[in-house]
Amino acid sequence: MATVIEPATADPSAGAPARRRTGRPGRSNRAWIGFVLPFLVPFVLFYVVPICYAIGQSLTKTERTGGIFGEATTRFAGLEQYGRVFSDPGFREGVGRVLLFGVVQVPVMLGFALLLALLLDSTAARLNRFFRIAYFLPYAIPGVIAALMWAFLYSPQLSPIVKALDDGGIGIDFLGSGTILWSIANVVTWTYTGYNMLIIFAALQAIPQSVYEAAKVDGAGALRTAWSIKVPLVLPALVLTAVFSIIGTLQLFTEPVVFRAISTNVPSDFTPNLLAFNTASANNYPLAAAMSVVLALATFILSSTFLRSTSKRAGL
Amino acid sequence: MSGSLAQRASRAQASARQDGRRSTTDSPLAIGIAMVLLIIAAVYFLVPIYWLVVNATKTQPDLIGSNGFLFSTWNLGRNLSDLFSRSDGIFLRWGLNSLLYAGLGAAVGTFLSAMAGYALAKYSFRGREALFTLILGGVLVPATALALPLFLIFARVGLTDTYWSVFLPSVVSPFGVYLSRIFAAASVPDELIDAARLDGASEWRVFVTVGLRLMSPALVTIFLFQFVVIWNNFLLPLIMLRSSELWPITYGLFSWQSQVSRDPSLQILTVTGSLVSVIPLIVTFLALQRYWQAGLTAGSDR
Repeated sequence: MATVIEPATADPSAGAPARRRTGRPGRSNRAWIGFVLPFLVPFVLFYVVPICYAIGQSLTKTERTGGIFGEATTRFAGLEQYGRVFSDPGFREGVGRVLLFGVVQVPVMLGFALLLALLLDSTAARLNRFFRIAYFLPYAIPGVIAALMWAFLYSPQLSPIVKALDDGGIGIDFLGSGTILWSIANVVTWTYTGYNMLIIFAALQAIPQSVYEAAKVDGAGALRTAWSIKVPLVLPALVLTAVFSIIGTLQLFTEPVVFRAISTNVPSDFTPNLLAFNTASANNYPLAAAMSVVLALATFILSSTFLRSTSKRAGL
Repeated sequence: MSGSLAQRASRAQASARQDGRRSTTDSPLAIGIAMVLLIIAAVYFLVPIYWLVVNATKTQPDLIGSNGFLFSTWNLGRNLSDLFSRSDGIFLRWGLNSLLYAGLGAAVGTFLSAMAGYALAKYSFRGREALFTLILGGVLVPATALALPLFLIFARVGLTDTYWSVFLPSVVSPFGVYLSRIFAAASVPDELIDAARLDGASEWRVFVTVGLRLMSPALVTIFLFQFVVIWNNFLLPLIMLRSSELWPITYGLFSWQSQVSRDPSLQILTVTGSLVSVIPLIVTFLALQRYWQAGLTAGSDR
């Protein structure tokens, strides 16, 4: 019996040569098209086409002949809109603001996430589950609602925190023009630290036990093990979280919009995305499109450069 | 590669627990410091949620007048009935809209991602890597940069201010395809696919009976994350939708908050509404814990 079945399973091409060849993943098998198309069609429609459309739109301008009530015509304008984007002080300031935000907030958040992951990885398991869930919970709360909640906690009239600090002699205006960017940074940190912590934690858990035994034999203490063994080994996870954080930072929109409703210190050009949104609201589509393209390109370049420059060191 | 990712993850946790990594090297002092830090962090993450719970039970005057961290006059029932009766029950409508956008959108999106990821992992064809790179490029394109041109395109075909304008773009998840490909490569053995083909199953049947079945724990993860992304999406509805009866819950609550200066009674409703709207998400996350934890493991598994 076994000898009859065995050749068929061990060397299937011997059994039914013609069918096997088409059945094998590859070559003449065209079934993949049917599987890929249902995704690819909407992907092209809602990702590729809008990008091309935005690029096309950004190369035009709308002109009115015969005064403001005259007829509007759209014509090709080359890179004129891009010139306007880069010379717009509001846009430049906005870019500077999100870059400053990213340079400070991303390392702080990831450092915080890494610290928590390392602590959870090296302490007793009993409370571990509780901590993990508590840290991750903010991720389940939509950005709008997180911002609304923190807006209450920042509000000079409503916040118990502001009141307590005031009683302690520390008067802080979380919504002041100098502080509001960092108040927003805190909301973002609050929302995403737990998510990033879990990615790093998962990578820590995947480190094989033998690595630690080797370290123990070498007489490495807990801190040294963490710094020279764990951190390098979870670097790929850190890179991944960093890339997502960079993309998120450049897109900063929801929190500023919510804070704009309660504070006068968030101008309409606070972040590039907010400016693009408000430019489009004012019906200046070619300029808004140019801003979107610049922003998308900047995001793409920044995150892929970061991926490439770190991937060697991270051993990806 | 045996067992699902969820099982692998929980096994990894179990072994980590048993092997007692902290054993000899950690002094009681070090453990104490670690504990204090962990507790401080937990307080930081939980305080805003605690604040929300406490204040959703208050009256509007107490929301302003009483200590934000302490309960005062219990008014939750009244707040809830006000919340659900305001503007002919628009809050419930927003909730159902969110559920429709996020629930149905993530279900359809996960299915599309699963098919594409499965094909990219299990068929070899010319241009496969180029296609995968194109899709991965989509992960790096900020969704917000797409929203404006999408609005202009949808305006041309008359789709703005409809359910479709938010639902259709939400269905596409390049990151879901990326994860599906990893999951398919890891959890669907070629031998099983070959065996099913030998039995005369069509390619579609092989995918449904072998591929989907083995990928299903991972697909729950993809569903969950796409659900959250759509539920949280704020820019797209803000750009596309004018009619309040089409809004998702986040947009609705934001619009209430923006009107507080005109109608102060909306303030307490915004607080209560925020609490009510996050409860389903938190419950879902707690119930499906093992899935998202496994999914995060795979995400960092490049």
